[in-house]
Amino acid sequence: MSPGSSHARHLAEAGRLANEIRLSVEQVSYAYSANPAQAPLFTLEATSFQARPGEIVAILGPNASGKSTLLKLIAGALAPLSGRILLNGFVTHSLTPRTRAQRIAVVQQESRLLFPARAWEFVLQGRHAHGRSLRFESEDDVLIAKNALAQVGAADLSDRWMDQISGGEKQRVILARALAQQPLLLLLDEPTLHLDIAAQIGLLDALRRLAAANRYTVVVVTHELNLAAEYADQVVLMQRGRCLRVGPPISIYQRELLEQVFQTPLTVELGSSGRPRVTVLAGT
Amino acid sequence: MRPLTLRRLLLQCFALLVILFVVVVIAVKFGAVPVSLYALGRDLWNVLLHQRTNISSDYVLIIQNIRLPRILLGIIVGASLSVAGTSFQALLRNPLADPYVLGVSSGAGLGAILALIVEPHVTLSPVFAALLTPLGAFLGASATVAAVYFLGRREGQIDSTTLLLGGVITASFISAIIMFLMSTLTGNLRGLSFWLMGDLSTPLQKSVYWFLAIGFVAASGAIYTTASDLNLLLAGEKEAMHLGVDVPRVRLVVYIAASLLTGLAVSVSGAIGYVGLIVPHVMRLIFGSDHRTLLPTAAIGGAIAVVFADTLARTVVAPNELAVGAVTAVVGAPLFIYLLRRRLA
Repeated sequence: MSPGSSHARHLAEAGRLANEIRLSVEQVSYAYSANPAQAPLFTLEATSFQARPGEIVAILGPNASGKSTLLKLIAGALAPLSGRILLNGFVTHSLTPRTRAQRIAVVQQESRLLFPARAWEFVLQGRHAHGRSLRFESEDDVLIAKNALAQVGAADLSDRWMDQISGGEKQRVILARALAQQPLLLLLDEPTLHLDIAAQIGLLDALRRLAAANRYTVVVVTHELNLAAEYADQVVLMQRGRCLRVGPPISIYQRELLEQVFQTPLTVELGSSGRPRVTVLAGT
Repeated sequence: MRPLTLRRLLLQCFALLVILFVVVVIAVKFGAVPVSLYALGRDLWNVLLHQRTNISSDYVLIIQNIRLPRILLGIIVGASLSVAGTSFQALLRNPLADPYVLGVSSGAGLGAILALIVEPHVTLSPVFAALLTPLGAFLGASATVAAVYFLGRREGQIDSTTLLLGGVITASFISAIIMFLMSTLTGNLRGLSFWLMGDLSTPLQKSVYWFLAIGFVAASGAIYTTASDLNLLLAGEKEAMHLGVDVPRVRLVVYIAASLLTGLAVSVSGAIGYVGLIVPHVMRLIFGSDHRTLLPTAAIGGAIAVVFADTLARTVVAPNELAVGAVTAVVGAPLFIYLLRRRLA
């Protein structure tokens, strides 16, 4: 066998891996009710989309549109009423918490600590699912945690206390912990909520870079129209528990559609990056 | 980055064991009848050499029959209460949780008294009869934890202040029932103050020590297997689950084992307060809040605290005695207020 054919096969293999579907959300629905005898307070109607390695998917919609519920379903924290969610062919909900944490990392809106911890201790928590219950962290774990901090530009925060760093810094350390899990799928729930604009851009730039470099599939819940347009490869547009559209930003960002979903007059134009840009027309 | 290593953990435990040894020597030496260290060493030497005839009668009477068993009991009770306190703090995500403050000790006391009331009316083999009181205390403890847990839950979240208030109210309610039961009872029951304050003066059969020690090792061993899960649980149950913790399993193991530790301790020593609060806090200040370190250091620290407090209780008003629970409360209650105010600030 010539080296050339081996190289070609290698390329074909890489191509196949890049094109395989990693996350598959298939006709997933959910209903939430405080009391089983009553009508559900909230329903999520059948939703489907697929994502490949390296792709960023934004789940976009106004408040109470079912974004976070969909994210919890993908994380396997909730069991869908119907349909299924597959990660590399496995149903996420039926994995054990340990196996799930090895494959899916979740970055939540807030992370409250009961006792003070240093940033490095916090990041090492991401290695929990990879070790046995009573094991002490190995050198590999420490190396992975250090790398994770470096990848989000937070290496200098390593020895700082978590309750003594700014919101933006904290968000980066939380992201580093998720990276330390070495997941296939990275889920973020409103990661930019309490950040100023520079920190928002910084975080999303880092996400795009990491998704490309580590072949993560990233799913971000957000209501920030422009951030989703700028950074997402696919947008899942939600309104009142219904998935209205799935597709690249350019096909989703139509004025009438967005005005109807977000209940506010706005304009959509094409930005210099080739992605749509939304201006909300306040006071009209 | 300085992750925990087995070596560091063992060193920390060893340092604390040295302190425990010193405290034990002090506890053996001081009392209503002081014993000289020289005599103590000589007698100990003779015991080790099996030269029974050379041992002074003081030694056999005071050290071997009175002080050592009491110190041993202090070690087991202190370690149990401290590990239970550490566990409840993690389980309920409340740094002020403690078996006494939450009313769990009172619940265990009530369970033990009920078992003592039931005992004469049922025919059991001697082994089961001996286990009836600790079993009652365990059931009382676990029922109280469950009650306080549900009292402290609001809209699916544990509210810290409501939880503590629920514990205080539960404790006073159960204490009232204990007082009622005690006033209707006569006979060989231990006194009322024992169940409400706690002391270590009751002599126990040798087999009970074994039972306590085995119970302690089993229950705290079970809790220790969840040590790194508990670290993550402090950040919240959802977050812990996303990081790979089997939350319901950990919750169940810790809940049962911590109730068992409280039940065992209370059934032999009554309700000694604040040990499970003070000791874990001190250990956190010294060694950090990693439960892989915190659980063993809190166990040894709890033993040190109770043996030391009991030595004070025996000596400050000698030849009379204080309840050891009074000593721990005098230190613990102000510390509790301090921690509470710092938290609310």
